[in-house]
Amino acid sequence: MTAPHPRGGRSRPRWLAVVVAAGGGLLLAGCQLPTFGAYKAVTAQGQDSLKLWQGFFIAGAAVFVVVFALITWAVFRYRRRSDAIPRQTQYHTLLEIFYTTVPVVFVLILFGFTFVTENNVDALPAPSLSVAVTGFQWGWQFQYTTKHVTVIGVELQDPVMVLPQNETVRISLRSHDVIHGFYVPAFDFSRYAQPGITNKFTVDLHTLGTYRGQCTQYCGLFHSLMRFRVEVVTPAQFAAWVSKHKSSGPQTSISTAGKGALSNSTSYTTLTAATGGTGS
Amino acid sequence: MTDVIVPQVSGGEYAHAHEEHGPSGLIKWITTTDHKVIGLSYMVTSIVLFYIAGLLALGIRVQLTTPHGTFISFQQYNELFTMHGSLMLYLFAGPFAFGGLANYVVPLQVGAPDMAFPRLNALSYWLYLGGSIMMLLGFVVAGGAANFGWVAYAPLSTATYTPGAGQDLWIMSLVLTGFSAIFTGVNLVATIFYLRAPGMTMFRMPIFTWNMLVTGILILIAFPVLTAALIMLFADRHFGTQIYAVTGCHAVTGAPDPHACGSAVLWQNLFWFFGHPEVYILALPYFGIVTEILPVFSRKPVFGYKGMVFATMSIAALSTGVWAHHMFTTGTVLLPFFSLMSLLIAVPTGIKFFNWVGTMWGGQLVYTTPMLMSIGFLFAFLMGGVTGVMLAAPPIDFFVHTTYFVVAHFHQVLFGSAVFAGFAGFYYWYPKMFGRMLNDRLGKLHFWLLFVGFWVTFMPQYIVGLRGMPRRVASYPTTLGWQSWNIASTIGAFTIAVSFLVMLVNVWVSWRYPIPAGDNPWDAHTLEWFTTSPPPHHNYSHLPTIRSERPTWDYNHPDAPNIRHGRGQGGPGHPNGHGPFGGGNGAGPPHAGDGAAGAAQEVPAT
Repeated sequence: MTAPHPRGGRSRPRWLAVVVAAGGGLLLAGCQLPTFGAYKAVTAQGQDSLKLWQGFFIAGAAVFVVVFALITWAVFRYRRRSDAIPRQTQYHTLLEIFYTTVPVVFVLILFGFTFVTENNVDALPAPSLSVAVTGFQWGWQFQYTTKHVTVIGVELQDPVMVLPQNETVRISLRSHDVIHGFYVPAFDFSRYAQPGITNKFTVDLHTLGTYRGQCTQYCGLFHSLMRFRVEVVTPAQFAAWVSKHKSSGPQTSISTAGKGALSNSTSYTTLTAATGGTGS
Repeated sequence: MTDVIVPQVSGGEYAHAHEEHGPSGLIKWITTTDHKVIGLSYMVTSIVLFYIAGLLALGIRVQLTTPHGTFISFQQYNELFTMHGSLMLYLFAGPFAFGGLANYVVPLQVGAPDMAFPRLNALSYWLYLGGSIMMLLGFVVAGGAANFGWVAYAPLSTATYTPGAGQDLWIMSLVLTGFSAIFTGVNLVATIFYLRAPGMTMFRMPIFTWNMLVTGILILIAFPVLTAALIMLFADRHFGTQIYAVTGCHAVTGAPDPHACGSAVLWQNLFWFFGHPEVYILALPYFGIVTEILPVFSRKPVFGYKGMVFATMSIAALSTGVWAHHMFTTGTVLLPFFSLMSLLIAVPTGIKFFNWVGTMWGGQLVYTTPMLMSIGFLFAFLMGGVTGVMLAAPPIDFFVHTTYFVVAHFHQVLFGSAVFAGFAGFYYWYPKMFGRMLNDRLGKLHFWLLFVGFWVTFMPQYIVGLRGMPRRVASYPTTLGWQSWNIASTIGAFTIAVSFLVMLVNVWVSWRYPIPAGDNPWDAHTLEWFTTSPPPHHNYSHLPTIRSERPTWDYNHPDAPNIRHGRGQGGPGHPNGHGPFGGGNGAGPPHAGDGAAGAAQEVPAT
């Protein structure tokens, strides 16, 4: 926005190149930048989003500073000093064209980066593990179909989604009733769980740890408490966890958990593992 | 009090109060079709609802002061944020602008005696009042008020998940107020197209009127969709249809019966096809107000008048193609298209910003309350606009969607519009409506409390949003460091509340100790300041010659410098006659070649 006035055909492309280079440089240097309030993402996809956020933050801050300075300057500089009627300027065609075309170029650059990032974030490579997530009022079910493990939680007892590090995990989302939002801040990602629609996304987890998750789409009375956790463990630990829970506990289906869960939630177990095919 | 401009005598000596006949008092108010009375009724009603909605917001803020707030129950909390949003968006921000200010001001600005369809106008108001009361009645029925959020996402809003009379009252209330808005839209468009005074060409209309024309058209595009969607929702709840409802269908049971299945995403598409134009239905009138006020208190014409008009039209056109940016995380929309369209809206909005700055540039700025409120709007909308561009990028939206980041963003744009610009308009036109001034010191106190409160309330919400705090939660974990930001936000909200008590005091003072305003206390430019304050029945007995978009200014400043072009616009007068004598060609004073003495053009008495 502080670029020189585009007087001739010669300076314009050079100016454009500077902006593109600066924007690209910012994105490349993304890892070294502060997160500007967002989470330092623990997934490869989230890190892409974070870089875009960093670029947008810097671009937005620049625009904010320029326009803020213009308004503030006008407010202080042109405070009334006399009763004289000022020059009645109404049009300045070149200036108007300038401040129409510059935002267009600016927006197209932002869109380019957005487009690339969004394709990376939404890509669906072949997964090494699939987890079927079902949201319901007011809890979550995590089904490891190929591993024959099912985890169900209700409010006040957050279920834990255990995931292996450095594997391509595909998560598919559905809802048993109303619309829920699957949101893990540390992933820098969220997606709706909806009835009748299956949403799929991929996470490549590279940092061990336990991360908070929560329903973000308002879903009724206990929406505030519809939380869960994601625990990223080493592949060996994951295998051990699977074999431990594969063989214990009765099969728990979502229909028994969904509606009746509220009345006897205190007696409900945090983690229920199931053997065999869990249906649906 | 150096900021007060000495009142000018303009058309007052020509305009004499029209002797009115017929009923008086309550009967007169109920039976009136006068756009000014209806406009004032709209404004009073919507401001009362604004205060109620503000109180609900304070309840929300008190609850969030502590992580496990016990001020109200979850159920009450859910009712509170639903009703806060519904009252503010459907019953205050829109009706205050297009039912209140526009109803009052647009006929005056185009030199019309009334709206095109005065009885339809009255019907609009009564539908609005009835609908508003209906929504509030939710608080006294069994089961409480509506609690599915102001967006009423299906299937949460179907009978299975939110049964109860409160929700039905909410739906039917919006059907009534929706029709009210549609009728007002029809009225505005017809008035602006057909009832302009002689000489008031389209490109001489004040920007506020231009924006209300575009708003009226947007209302006609958006509100019928909402009304239809609501009626279908009502049918789902009571007549057993499965338009949005998924109860018992294969979507949730897995049973092979695809024919009995509603669509959860259909509601979102319909709602946001209304909802995003609605955002601009709420913003454009307020852009118009600011565009009236900045030139008057800069003592200059609006900079880039035509660019402003085309920017308004582009915003309206783009706003019908961006609804799905509310649905990026549904996984069912074409992300690049809606992302690009949303980003592009920044362009006309940016043009408006530069035009506002250009209007102030080189002016003689007078800091009255309306001017301060307008500048407050500029800062607020700048911050909200910049974060809006961030939200237009789907990967960023993915992680801030439905968090407090979004809450902060839309409060900065909507609060910036409806409160800063809305009350700028209130302070600006109050002298015209009541013939008396508001106290400028109290007005400035109102502004500064509001301005500080605004930033203290909403900036922390960006931070907690980025730290992962979802919206619409009544309780949150203690360990995440959210509490201090929430306390700051609550303090800001109470500061805003105090500022609006100051405004009440100000209105009371103006009523108790009136300061006469005169016809044109601000030395304003547009036609409404030519007539008396308050205007007589049917508005004008005389009109000045209209040869620019500033007829009252031309009349009062026959010797003022002409409209100028900056560099880059040479040559003879501008083809469309935006200035009294075209561009920069050094013509005489406005009345020199006019012929008619006094420059007041007779119009038939109405």
